Amino acid sequence: MRRIAGNRAVRRVASTLGTLFGVAVFVFVMLRAIPGNQITAGLGTEAAALTPAQKQALEQYYGLDQPLVTQFFAWLGNMVTGNFGYSARSQQSVLDLTLHALPVTFELAVFSIVLALLVGVPLGMLSASRANAPRDAIGQVVSLAGLSIPAFLLATTLLSIFAASFGFNPNGQGFATLVEDPLLNLQQMFLPALVLGFGIAAPILRTTRTAVLEVRSHDFVRTARAKGVPERRLQVRHVLGNALVPIVTMTGLQFGYLLGGAVVVEQIFSVPGIGRQVLLGIQQKEYAVVQSTVLVIALAFVVVNLLTDALYRIIDPRVRAS
Amino acid sequence: MPRGALSAVGIAAALSIALTSCSSPSAPAAGGDAPAKGLVVGVTSDPDTLFPWKATQFQAVNVLQNLYGTLTEFDKDLNVVPGLAQSWEASKDGEKLTLKLRQGVTFADGSTFDSKDVKASLERLMDEKTAAVARASLASVKSVEAPDANTVVLELTGPDAALPANLATVNMAMLSSDDTEQELTTTPNGTGPFRLGKRVASQSLTLARNDTYWGPEKPQVPTVEFRVIPDESSIVSAMQSGNVQLAVFDDPLVAQTAESGGTITVAKTPQLNYHVLQLNGRHGELKDVNVRLAIQCAIDRKQVLDTAALGEGEVTGPITAPAYRSDPSKRPCPTRDLAKAAGYLAKAGKSGGVTVKTIVSQGEYATSVNEAQNLKAQLAEAKINLELEVLESGAFVDRWVAADFDAAVALNGGRPDPDGSYGRYFTSDGNLNKVAGYSSPELDKLFAEGKATTDQAARKPIYDQVAAHLEDNAAWIWLFAGYTYTATTANVQGFVPMASGSLQYLRTTSVS
Repeated sequence: MRRIAGNRAVRRVASTLGTLFGVAVFVFVMLRAIPGNQITAGLGTEAAALTPAQKQALEQYYGLDQPLVTQFFAWLGNMVTGNFGYSARSQQSVLDLTLHALPVTFELAVFSIVLALLVGVPLGMLSASRANAPRDAIGQVVSLAGLSIPAFLLATTLLSIFAASFGFNPNGQGFATLVEDPLLNLQQMFLPALVLGFGIAAPILRTTRTAVLEVRSHDFVRTARAKGVPERRLQVRHVLGNALVPIVTMTGLQFGYLLGGAVVVEQIFSVPGIGRQVLLGIQQKEYAVVQSTVLVIALAFVVVNLLTDALYRIIDPRVRAS
Repeated sequence: MPRGALSAVGIAAALSIALTSCSSPSAPAAGGDAPAKGLVVGVTSDPDTLFPWKATQFQAVNVLQNLYGTLTEFDKDLNVVPGLAQSWEASKDGEKLTLKLRQGVTFADGSTFDSKDVKASLERLMDEKTAAVARASLASVKSVEAPDANTVVLELTGPDAALPANLATVNMAMLSSDDTEQELTTTPNGTGPFRLGKRVASQSLTLARNDTYWGPEKPQVPTVEFRVIPDESSIVSAMQSGNVQLAVFDDPLVAQTAESGGTITVAKTPQLNYHVLQLNGRHGELKDVNVRLAIQCAIDRKQVLDTAALGEGEVTGPITAPAYRSDPSKRPCPTRDLAKAAGYLAKAGKSGGVTVKTIVSQGEYATSVNEAQNLKAQLAEAKINLELEVLESGAFVDRWVAADFDAAVALNGGRPDPDGSYGRYFTSDGNLNKVAGYSSPELDKLFAEGKATTDQAARKPIYDQVAAHLEDNAAWIWLFAGYTYTATTANVQGFVPMASGSLQYLRTTSVS
């Protein structure tokens, strides 16, 4: 039994490493496929004025004179030893940049997910409590709005209204981390989390509605009701409890996406998260920044998936038993 | 609705109200880094380099020109005035330029600035290995001598009237001979009105006043923070809420939004930069001057300006520098003339029409795609098919650098000196001539003449001839020059916007 579990763990680690290697190759190739390089990204059209010797000097400086295979394995080897590369633009190591950006994105993801759950689950249950009734329509409208309103539109509208009408724009101040200034940090996280949470609430709401409707049709619900279990306890303990697996799956998936950085929302609200780090890296063609950060994001996604799997075991005894 | 759900929604609402109420509408920048009366400038990106000789990005140039000094400078009207060189004098034959340096100037690290630094800087700038972007501007310099601590003598290959203006850009910043590029990319050490204070990558860069600055205009504000707010609309919001006091926009739509609130003042300054349909006269159908002239006659420039840029700008000829400005009414077709365009096409034997492959950059600047679409619509009426390729900016730069296009919709940088603007494009040995796609012996002669003439009044007619030659041969189709929009809040005084978009007058700016 223990050996089977051990084999499973080895297989899991191997598949994780394989996935990460695949991501590394994919990002490396995709970045090189994008026209331009760090020289043209930095100099723009002025690059046309470079003499061959100047060009060669710059290629040497950025390490672009090395063969692609050498570049790839040099980067991957460095990654393994904890050297994520260096950003010439910000004059900082990519590891330092990531260590600053990742907690910001993590915090934003947590707030967004919490807001999404606070809206999505109750509204999903409300919708499911009487399918196709007016209360269901409320849920459906909210979820349709969450899915259809683009984040950039909601973000700029909220920002303009709050700033112009109420003078409330904490994001116009320098970004403060949770440690530096918790109050300002929470204010700065509020609108971005609201925008992201609203978008994510929609799939959570829909998943909750479907799962709850499905569970409600089971015999054990009818039995519990017949045995006189109070309605509220029935809905929360029996129905929601048994509908949790798809909701957790959806939440885990959304959380994973959020850890990849919400580029648009981070841009609009000037949140220095991981999404902006990747975007700046792509704009400046800072290969090491993009490659290393994407690998970290992929790792985070894998970890979130593992944690989601582990959660199944806690919330569903059938998974535990199997 | 389950009571739990109601409580959850209630908590969310309470949280949002609590957070919102934590900040009063008129709250000052409580968590900002700027001390009292410091100035906060909103920028969309932080500098991509702090090494002045390689900086071409707008944001980097704006920061660096406040940190570094140059031998000459531009005043608010773009006249060349003394900088670190107090005076300069050309020898009679024009083959020697003697610069007298300002005394008592120090670098940020406290070391003294003298001729040793100028000699070292200019020699490194001329060295190809440095990969300095302004190297070509020193093409006429044979050698640099420093006979004493306050004098520098440049031996030239011949007279170069454009040299004093070329020395005024931050790409020609004077560095300490003791500093290396590696050191300066993290710790700038210049003679400018400000010093580097604090930098938080991708978030902000704060400059602190240089109390030993040599200039007559001592910096007014103790600090200038360049705060990175990637989205221009978000900068407007930050100004409305009082967190940012100054910003420069190039999108007329954003400028209009900023002004509409009533709390932000927006100053419009005509730009030196110009919008142009670059033609590659060495490619395809455009080799024939008559095809190029047909394109010129088939375009109503005002219509391009009105539709793509809300009418915000002026129709322009080739030279936008105030002292040498070209008169757009003197071009072969000052107004749209489809009959004349048809005549030129007939002369080229292309009455059936021509196709011109045109590259357009998406995202490089706000109006590019709209300009291209309007040009396409107008030219279609003259049987000229502008085949548009809308490219991501990296792809556009690659194609542009390789001169791989018939035509390109572009926003090119203008300079205060016309030789600096066009010498590199339209002289046969210019380093951008491959991209310009046009040169002629007449132009070579005119540019050489312009360089050899030091008197501005005498130079003007020469560059008028340059402009006329370019337009008569439809080397490119010059469209319009837009505005730079400088937005300030009511408590900002003393900032002088410049046509070059420069923020050098941050040193005269104060915040009340």
